[in-house]
Amino acid sequence: MSQERVPWWKRLRKGVETNTEQKLETPDGVWHKCNGCKKVYLTTQLEENLYTCPHCNYHERVDAEAYFSILFDEEDYNELFRELTPVDFLEFTDSKPYSKRITETEDKTGLRESMRVASGKTGGYRLTVAAMDFRYIGGSMGSVMGEKIARGIDHAIKNKTAFMIISRSGGARMQESAFSLMQMAKTSAKLTQLAEAKLPYISLMTNPTTGGVTASFAMLGDFNIAEPGALIGFAGPRVIEETTRKKLPEGFQTSEFQLENGFLDFIIDRKELKSKIGQLLGLMQG
Amino acid sequence: MTYLDFEKPIEELQKQIDHVRNGKHLIKPKVSAEELEIRLRETQNDIYSRLSTWQRIQVSRHPERPYTLAYIEKMTTNFIELFGDRSFRDDKAIVGGFAELNGETVMIIGHQKGINTKMRQYRNFGMPNPEGYRKALRLMKLAEKFNKPIITLIDTPGAYPGEEAEQRGQGEAIARNLFEMVTLKVPVLCIVIGEGASGGALGIGIGDRLMMLENTWYSVISPESCSSILWRSWDFKEKAANALKPTPQDLLQLGIIDGIIPEPPGGAHANPDEAASNLKAAIIANLTELKKLSAEERITKRIDRYSHIGIYQTEQA
Ligand SMILES: [Zn+2]
Repeated sequence: MSQERVPWWKRLRKGVETNTEQKLETPDGVWHKCNGCKKVYLTTQLEENLYTCPHCNYHERVDAEAYFSILFDEEDYNELFRELTPVDFLEFTDSKPYSKRITETEDKTGLRESMRVASGKTGGYRLTVAAMDFRYIGGSMGSVMGEKIARGIDHAIKNKTAFMIISRSGGARMQESAFSLMQMAKTSAKLTQLAEAKLPYISLMTNPTTGGVTASFAMLGDFNIAEPGALIGFAGPRVIEETTRKKLPEGFQTSEFQLENGFLDFIIDRKELKSKIGQLLGLMQG
Repeated sequence: MTYLDFEKPIEELQKQIDHVRNGKHLIKPKVSAEELEIRLRETQNDIYSRLSTWQRIQVSRHPERPYTLAYIEKMTTNFIELFGDRSFRDDKAIVGGFAELNGETVMIIGHQKGINTKMRQYRNFGMPNPEGYRKALRLMKLAEKFNKPIITLIDTPGAYPGEEAEQRGQGEAIARNLFEMVTLKVPVLCIVIGEGASGGALGIGIGDRLMMLENTWYSVISPESCSSILWRSWDFKEKAANALKPTPQDLLQLGIIDGIIPEPPGGAHANPDEAASNLKAAIIANLTELKKLSAEERITKRIDRYSHIGIYQTEQA
């Protein structure tokens, strides 16, 4: 399934420019204003830094393809299961029909689902990666995400590769109702097979990782790791504040908070992601 | 008795029956109490045979509905409640322990709501904290060790969205349960007896069979929260309820659950004894079947069952 490859940041920049919601303020594409410290600096600098801020280390949102390019040796990988796409089997309609939402999202983002799976090598070690695209309905988890994770795990077991999920999701996709809820069960069930095969499972949480994703595979890693400053939690901060009628403290539910409370093994800077994963996989095979 | 808005005709008949039975009458009432009771039964049957999704959700939340401890009391003998997660504290929103059911020892675990205003607070409205899920897992492992089947009774408006709950890892606690329940060596039977809201329900809901009492619901999100997120207003809860297809009847059709356990006319709260006896019969029938399989067969089937849930398209890129 090889395809001609444009460097991922060029595709990313194009994606960024066509997406108003997440638009990075880059007049003429030369300057970037940091979403963390608001400092303005050159876009080329942003790209060299793998979309992290050279001033405050804010990690900007990047998509699945960016992670594949960062992680895989020589950016060489095979994307798997691209043929799986969502379907509005419940005929779910809120402000618009789910079927229309699917088509519109596809047109707007060029994505076919909120998750992509690829296989390749990292630091010479075989790795299967499932990564989310937040631009696709908030990275929400529906049947396709569950099935892609399931098949990714099967692929990892068959080819004896380590398995990694990169989460960036608001949680379950309500438009798939009970089926989206059951993806939590499905992915957890499949992870017992991966564990049985004694293959390492790395869960990388990025901004944001909440809801049903947190309450299933994201928290089940042999290694639970996160990018700095990510929002990670089960209930969202707004829901908690509405329930408890209390303002949450600064830094609540950040990666650093989760590390302090014992739910992460370590926090990883995106610029060191590839080398650290390679190191970890090396130790597991040594 | 508390009557729901659509139960008005039932309430009226009950008032008439009470009047005929207890009032002092100079002339004999035209309709006898027995006659009125037949009418009451017919009205109950009629109303309850065509409940809308929203009405069914209201029944599932009826304040007089039996909860886990009531069912345990009615279905079992020798119940010994076991407390605590051995790590932080005892969560009052999840209860569990060993009991004897139909002559055999079982582990029963369930969400517990309070039976009055004071107890509702005490039970945190049936919304567990992480220690509730960890207590449940501890009890399940105990049951596994002594080779006793596990029955879980689901009835929660959701896992508690609190500051401390997050601090202690609500997400991790639920996730851990999903993972561990998949490979439990003993039979695991999960039954929704009231509300089944999202991960908070699923956290004790992974098993060999999933059943629902007739007037319950199970969904990825409550209709209220769904309305607030997707319609950006609380006013669309009925619409959201319909869209979510959360009733036992919907979920049986969608292949998510294995069966519906009938409730007495007028719902479980109208006759808790009958509801408990139906529940008990379903438990016995299912456990009998599950015990015919070996532990390996049950686990393989369990993984297989969950691995196949999902509807998607396959189209070439
Ligand atoms: Zn910055």
